[in-house]
Amino acid sequence: MHEMSIAESVLQIIEDTARVEGCTRVKAVWLEIGQLAGVEKESLRFCFDAVTRDSIAQDARLEIIETAGQGWCMECACNVAVSAHYEPCPSCGSFQVEVTGGEEMRVKELEVE
Amino acid sequence: MCTTCGCGIGQTLIAGHALKKSRKSGDEMHYRVHEQGALHVHPLGHIHIHGTIDFGAGPAGTHAPGMSQARMVKIERDILSKNNDYADQNRRYFSTHGIFALNLVSSPGSGKTTLLVKTITALNGAQPLAVIEGDQQTDNDAARIRAAGAPALQINTGKGCHLDAHMVGQAMQRLDLIDDSLLLIENVGNLVCPAGFDLGEAHKVVIFSVTEGEDKPLKYPDMFRAADLMLLSKCDLLPYLEFDADLAVENARRVNPDIRLIRVSATSGEGMAEWMGWIAAGCRNAVVVKQRTPEPEVRA
Repeated sequence: MHEMSIAESVLQIIEDTARVEGCTRVKAVWLEIGQLAGVEKESLRFCFDAVTRDSIAQDARLEIIETAGQGWCMECACNVAVSAHYEPCPSCGSFQVEVTGGEEMRVKELEVE
Repeated sequence: MCTTCGCGIGQTLIAGHALKKSRKSGDEMHYRVHEQGALHVHPLGHIHIHGTIDFGAGPAGTHAPGMSQARMVKIERDILSKNNDYADQNRRYFSTHGIFALNLVSSPGSGKTTLLVKTITALNGAQPLAVIEGDQQTDNDAARIRAAGAPALQINTGKGCHLDAHMVGQAMQRLDLIDDSLLLIENVGNLVCPAGFDLGEAHKVVIFSVTEGEDKPLKYPDMFRAADLMLLSKCDLLPYLEFDADLAVENARRVNPDIRLIRVSATSGEGMAEWMGWIAAGCRNAVVVKQRTPEPEVRA
């Protein structure tokens, strides 16, 4: 989903930070992307390389920390692993699963010079 | 350009004019700060200044070993935070002016614009409204809406595959929205990308036509999860199709158990009264919210 827009938003956050920090180069970027965030990692890497060309983050290393999908099954009353939004509970098969984690999309930190 | 959907900015036009550059955000940055206040030198030669900014060290020493000139800057910002800030501004404007805003999303060809034209005709001037149209190219849709008698502004997203809150905010400024009115935002025909971008609307309304497959909600779950109302459109065609409407609804509810459903047909008029009633209730509620919302403070 819209990986180019996401890469552009990441670059905006990087450029805002670089301005405030007064740094001249961004060497590495850590993103936290949830398994249920709807982001294709390889597509995001491709887009990140494209949008950072000739920017302060050119050739920066992109590290993607993937967080697992988590849900609360109302039938079992316990936390369960969720790999897609419409999947049933892995233990009881109920669809009454509320997603509680794995939708994050954040820039965690930068290594700058 | 996005490899999956052709998305990208820089070619967005509102009524044929270029979009203004987005403003810089003033969000605070957070530095990596250690709890102790000591300064020490590591065996590799780099210095930690504890209690201030931690130069040259990565978290738990894992990802920036021995970088004397480099430092880590902790940000912890949502990637879509900028869009969400603009969406919040739009939402505040809607709530202080009693505007009921809907974000209409679907795949191309589901009959969004035809449904809008019928809705505008049925409202027959009784409800003040305006329309924002999003398409990659052409202002054909805005022209159709204007011909139906409503003010409409076209946003051309160029390479972009969705509207974002900044584009909509700029379009709102040009539209001279009336207090206590209805704002219909017809997003770019795309069941993927518009799901992730809040525009500040009260509800996303997904339009799902019976000429598509019953499993569309399972194939594109993000959008059906993000929507509060599903309009099953072109229902007058059901007798001629093998489409199983009950299965389609069941699939939508698997993804989003709370989604509300109205079966409509712009051609036969089926369900239009219920759809209009839902809009009218939303508009009344927006006026109530306005009366409860304090006026924004004016700085001297």
